[in-house]
Amino acid sequence: MPQPPDPDARPAHLHLSFAASPVAVRDNLVRMLAVPPLSGLSAEARGDAELVLAEVLNNVAEHAYPDRVGPVSVMLCRVKDGVVCRVVDQGAAMPGHRLPEGELTAGPSLALDDLPEGGFGWHLIRSLTRDLVYVRDVGENRLSFRLPDAEHCLDL
Amino acid sequence: MQLQTQTRPKVISVQVLEDRIDAATAIQFKEKMRDATKDGPARVVLDLARVQFLDSSGLGAIVAVKKLLGPDRALELSSLTPTVEKVFRLTRMDSIFTIHPSLEVAVKHAATA
Repeated sequence: MPQPPDPDARPAHLHLSFAASPVAVRDNLVRMLAVPPLSGLSAEARGDAELVLAEVLNNVAEHAYPDRVGPVSVMLCRVKDGVVCRVVDQGAAMPGHRLPEGELTAGPSLALDDLPEGGFGWHLIRSLTRDLVYVRDVGENRLSFRLPDAEHCLDL
Repeated sequence: MQLQTQTRPKVISVQVLEDRIDAATAIQFKEKMRDATKDGPARVVLDLARVQFLDSSGLGAIVAVKKLLGPDRALELSSLTPTVEKVFRLTRMDSIFTIHPSLEVAVKHAATA
């Protein structure tokens, strides 16, 4: 027998568009974290979501639009095992139309001068997301990924 | 970006009075840290008790400060909040820094070192 629709079971959506400057990224992160679907996550999962979205959006601000401030849109959708995110911009493509591997070079054996001051972002994104997909199409970068619920997250 | 600096005989401690070190403030953080630690004892403790959010730009700035201090001085950290601790762990930078549970412990450690 078909079940009547439960209004509380509808997935929460959020769609935001803004100009990708570092300050706007910060302001919009704060807005995103305060409302569904991210506001319903556990404290740890919210922390992970904020970090991943900050890395993704600051990459857009710094690399997709290196010489200007351009538009970015973020769509968040609650699914049964986390939050699916889609981030779209019209800036420069990823080098080679591929996502960076994000391999770490840090380790206790490195000399002081050789310590990396960057290159952490994609490692963090890859560590904290699942189903990460990048598509370059008709002048757009489209990145999608899932932020897993804490209980589904692999032990890092 | 507000920092509060306290100089003791063997250690200079710097408390970050902000809840974020991120892409919007990383450069400013690095410059203020350079000024705050220009003179003083060799050991510097950066207290992150108030920092609830650190992204890769903020992490890069902390590494840059360690490099600015050079091989004869030390940058140690104290009071990492859970989200900040996770960034250090995931990037393995927890193996690069001495991390103390509190500023008090860090200062005691410096006094007896």
